[in-house]
Amino acid sequence: MSILVGRETRLVVQGITGREGEFHARAMREYGTQIVAGVTPGKGGQTALDGAVPVYDTVEEAVRDSGANTSCIFVPAAGAPDAVLEAAAAGIATIFCITEGIPALDMIPVVEMVRARGARLIGPNCPGATSPGRAKVGIIPGPIHREGRVGVVSRSGTLTYEAVQAMTDAGLGQSTCLGIGGDPVIGTTFLDALQLFAADEETDAIVLIGEIGGAAEETAAEWAAAHLADVPKVAFIAGRTAPEGKRMGHAGAIISGGAGTAASKVEALEAAGFRVAGSPTELPGLLRNAGYRG
Amino acid sequence: MKIQEADAKTLLLAQGMPVPDWEVARTEDEARTAAARFFDGGAERVVIKAQVLVGGRGKAGGVKLAASPDEAAQVADAILGMDIKGMTVRKVLVGAAAEIVKEYYLSAVLDRAEGRILLMGSAEGGVEIEQVALVHPEAIIRRHADPLLGLLDYQARDLAFAMGLGGHLKAAVAIAKGLVATMRAFDADLVEINPLAIVREKGPDGRTVERLVCLDAKVTLDDSALARHPGLEALRDPDDEAPEDREAREAGLTFIKLDGTIGCMVNGAGLAMTTMDLVKRAGGEPANFLDIGGGARADKVAAAMRIILDDPKVNAILVNIFGGITRGDEVARGLIEARAQQTRDVPMIVRIVGTNAAEAAVLLEQARFQTAASLDEAAAKAVEASRGTGAAA
Repeated sequence: MSILVGRETRLVVQGITGREGEFHARAMREYGTQIVAGVTPGKGGQTALDGAVPVYDTVEEAVRDSGANTSCIFVPAAGAPDAVLEAAAAGIATIFCITEGIPALDMIPVVEMVRARGARLIGPNCPGATSPGRAKVGIIPGPIHREGRVGVVSRSGTLTYEAVQAMTDAGLGQSTCLGIGGDPVIGTTFLDALQLFAADEETDAIVLIGEIGGAAEETAAEWAAAHLADVPKVAFIAGRTAPEGKRMGHAGAIISGGAGTAASKVEALEAAGFRVAGSPTELPGLLRNAGYRG
Repeated sequence: MKIQEADAKTLLLAQGMPVPDWEVARTEDEARTAAARFFDGGAERVVIKAQVLVGGRGKAGGVKLAASPDEAAQVADAILGMDIKGMTVRKVLVGAAAEIVKEYYLSAVLDRAEGRILLMGSAEGGVEIEQVALVHPEAIIRRHADPLLGLLDYQARDLAFAMGLGGHLKAAVAIAKGLVATMRAFDADLVEINPLAIVREKGPDGRTVERLVCLDAKVTLDDSALARHPGLEALRDPDDEAPEDREAREAGLTFIKLDGTIGCMVNGAGLAMTTMDLVKRAGGEPANFLDIGGGARADKVAAAMRIILDDPKVNAILVNIFGGITRGDEVARGLIEARAQQTRDVPMIVRIVGTNAAEAAVLLEQARFQTAASLDEAAAKAVEASRGTGAAA
């Protein structure tokens, strides 16, 4: 099964004719993802990826002609919220927004509208998701993956790759690797991701990669304690040495007054039965110690 | 981006919020002139407030009253140039001292957990809200604005009644809605009024009236939205930003200077924090947090290297790039370019994996860079290099 992306994924890439859109659409296609359409307003009727993918002016046309059910957005920040709403209105069920730098307040009504349409948004400012051997949507490098039964969820981009690489190097394959994004207002949270993994028959263990700031890790940990008690689970929290009150790049990664510190997150995760690693490379070993035999 | 009280008040005024008149003074004389105007207007005393981007100005002696223009000048002279928590006071705000009947707290903040705007109000104003939250959290009233429609009238009324502001209902509702309007108008992630106060004033007919006003204001702006508010960039406090921070920001990098010796250049905030954590774990001290961002090109990498090397304490550099949207060969080219330009020789450990890592490896090998395969190995090598140069120096 895997979660969010798989063999049944029929992808439309919004912004496919841009530099990043084109580059990563090519990588997704090479990985085996079915890219059925691209959208760039004004370039309808053209093709992308050396003639392999038809380009449409609107997502609605792309859905009608190609049966797209998933979207990946590479539209610049000024137009990205609108691109998400266009995808949701066209009936796309799963929308990945890779774009970074979207003003936080813009996303509040967008997340609400996507939810009201019954669609799911991942991101913005996220690296996407890969279900190894099936499909990848987004920008996670394909070769770091290995097919398997560990579900990986992370708030970061490149740190996700680090953790996935460590798993693969140790021979532990993944069911799906998901980056939920580091922005203040996002469509899919750690808790949502854990619920999806819990319901997935092909996920037998969990890796959670968090960072300082907010309380999303704590919230997810609490749910995991009750609902994933028998599932081997490990975690890593970035920012143990970050100075207080400073914003470490991600809008979320700011700590003040003890709330959202690495220490409070580690404590909450350990109390919920996660084994917490001191380095991403320790994750596979800890997962084995937790009883994972995959 | 944080902005000063006087600038925050300007933004509130632009949304029609009740903010008592003030002037900004940069010198003793300006303070005297400003104070004289308020005394002419009938003020019995004026307040002089240091304009710095740190909390606790009052406790630090940065907020004082004066009973005459000359005293105002004296007080301003004492406050100007004062060091408050490492920030030098360059401006003061001068205004008529308010006769406060009761103080409240009211703020609008972006609530990440709910993905909504959160209004927080309390009848315990004038003190740090973090203290109130610790001691009696039940004293803080919380209401979320509607994600599509903003703060609705009934929500604002409900908040006002819960805060005990039923006697000033109309004004309280307007202020609560004004906070959200201010957030949206300027893409603020925080608008805080502490204190929001009932003050006693003489009305135009000479009779005493009580009025709800914003006595202080704190606003922080969403950095991601500054590009669409060109006027707001001018409100940036140059003292809030070290020269290297400014250079980094203008180059599109996220940089935070720390105290250690190992310069770090990483792509992605989470990985950059992890790199710092692992340097520390390996026994070293990171000199900075530096995220070159997604899709960084060669020129950005060169700028990052210059900024790292500007710190004289840096005696080793760790470059950790896990390519996704960033392409390893672009970074490698940037490193080669940067090394050709750099003025001092510092050992550099480079780890590039992910997108176009093979192309990067060829470039780095040709240029004879010291490389590492894993993050743990890179951190260990960087700590070793830092110690080596440290011992030699």
